[in-house]
Amino acid sequence: MRISVTGDAIFKVAAGVLVASAAVILFATLYVLSTGSTIVLQRFGLGFFTGINWNPVEGRESFGVLPYMLGTLVTSSIALLIGVPLSLGIAIFLVEMAPKVIRVPVSYLIELLAAVPSVIFGLWGLFVLRFWVLNYIETPLSASLGGIPIFSGTPFGLDLLTAGIILAIMIIPTVASVSREVISAVPNSIREAAYGIGATKWEVIRHWVLSYGRSGILGAIILGLGRAIGETMAVTMVIGNAVGPTAMPTSLFQPGQTLPSLIANGFLEAPTPLEKSAYMGAGLVLLLISLLINIIAHVMVSRILKIKGGAVE
Amino acid sequence: MGNSEKIKTEKLNAWFGQKQALRDINLSIRANVVTAIIGPSGCGKSTLIRTLNRMHELVPGAKVSGRVLLDGKNIYDDDVDPVQIRRRVGMVFQKPNPFPTMSIYDNVAAGLKLMDAKKGPALDEVVKKCLQQASLWDEVKDDLKKPGTSLSGGQQQRLCIARALAVNPEVILMDEPCSALDPIATAKIESLIRDLSKEYTVVIVTHNMQQASRVSDYTAFLYLGELIEYGLTKDIFENPKNALTEKYITGEFG
Ligand SMILES: Nc1ncnc2c1ncn2[C@@H]1O[C@H](COP(=O)(O)OP(=O)(O)O)[C@@H](O)[C@H]1O
Ligand SMILES: [Mg+2]
Repeated sequence: MRISVTGDAIFKVAAGVLVASAAVILFATLYVLSTGSTIVLQRFGLGFFTGINWNPVEGRESFGVLPYMLGTLVTSSIALLIGVPLSLGIAIFLVEMAPKVIRVPVSYLIELLAAVPSVIFGLWGLFVLRFWVLNYIETPLSASLGGIPIFSGTPFGLDLLTAGIILAIMIIPTVASVSREVISAVPNSIREAAYGIGATKWEVIRHWVLSYGRSGILGAIILGLGRAIGETMAVTMVIGNAVGPTAMPTSLFQPGQTLPSLIANGFLEAPTPLEKSAYMGAGLVLLLISLLINIIAHVMVSRILKIKGGAVE
Repeated sequence: MGNSEKIKTEKLNAWFGQKQALRDINLSIRANVVTAIIGPSGCGKSTLIRTLNRMHELVPGAKVSGRVLLDGKNIYDDDVDPVQIRRRVGMVFQKPNPFPTMSIYDNVAAGLKLMDAKKGPALDEVVKKCLQQASLWDEVKDDLKKPGTSLSGGQQQRLCIARALAVNPEVILMDEPCSALDPIATAKIESLIRDLSKEYTVVIVTHNMQQASRVSDYTAFLYLGELIEYGLTKDIFENPKNALTEKYITGEFG
């Protein structure tokens, strides 16, 4: 008895220390980024968020992160637009249709995909995907729909679209495996009851499985969004890395920049305190967006798990 | 005894993977009566009723052979759509399982909404009628928007009965519908089953022999996947022909 009480106490203290240190790291990061970005925020105020220039030349300094916030928004949206339907399709196929001999290895493969280092995705994007996108998507689109602004310009392959597509591929493991778990957690009794009133397989999936799992699936999507927003290396390698006004996204076939790729590209070379502070500011914006996204995702995923534990089995 | 035959099984066999759960079942179920299926746990009662509306095949690896004639037509023929069969042969499950994301109203209306058959006031009418038939209307008429899962266990089960009735089935299968309920809720469902048999053909699985003798007109005794004896409930309980049946109803095993 006594031993287990002591063991318990040690475990509690150890767990407490670990939790506390995670919180300390998070707040320390927030603190460093906030203090680091005071110079640039004092100098430009709200203009830091609405400005489109990135000019470190002394005497003409001007820093604004709007193009990179928009670049992040555009590439993440492409990632969701392509990645979410694919992921949901995979998850539904695996849980509702695939026989076990397919389900188990494919689920495993998809989770392995999450373990591929992002620089590898970047290399593949730079040497392979870029040309596929250029030849099979951008060139035909440009020829037929070039008049529409978002498809205008001469495609080059290293641009917002390619970055978005590579992000789509990179979020699939997250979105597909979390959705697969959410869908597996839908009690079989619900499916049977729905079949029992004459629902077809597709109706069972659409009206019951997806509806019951909707908040968990939304959580999976938001986790994927978090990954897309924060992804750095692969994006940096394929996005074309425009800086300043030219980074304002107008066409998908145009080199762009996201907040993470901006920081990765420039931070080490920033010579002046003001320029360093500008990168810190970009980092602060990125961190706050990511935190917000992740908090929302966790609230949603935990809600579905609560329903699973609570209501009818 | 004059009732026509509603369902007939011929050499019906069922498997879960390699495991055979039903062996050569030949059973003739009469229209507009209550047929009870009794037998010890694991003897294949659930499997048997789930072959009658093609729910059995939803289990991965499950297989069926033989024929199940519904009004003379084999429901396992290639040209038969299982979805249509499940509308004609509704089901109530062992554990009450109302749709947890739906209101009481939507639980009942769900099947009709799928068919896009009725809308607005016409749908309201059907929902009301089914809840009345399931003797639940008076208890829920002011709470139709509340979640189905907010009801008590017995009410949930009656909601599930209303839900099954809404698609206008001809046969209602019930798999131990009272096993999760208290005696008062059980009594309500039992009297409901008697009423339903006026309009529907009812097949009820139960491991409770008093229940079988109270609610059913015919009883089938199943043992180790085989149909041992079938006949009028009165005969089965008072005058069983098979020694196994006698042992079972006198409580020697099970
Ligand atoms: N999903 C399943 N997978 C494998 N075997 C099953 C499954 N469901 C039932 N069985 C087996 O089939 C036999 C009949 O089961 P069941 O019809 O559920 O019996 P009962 O309803 O009479 O208790 C039992 O031996 C049981 O173990
Ligand atoms: Mg059973």
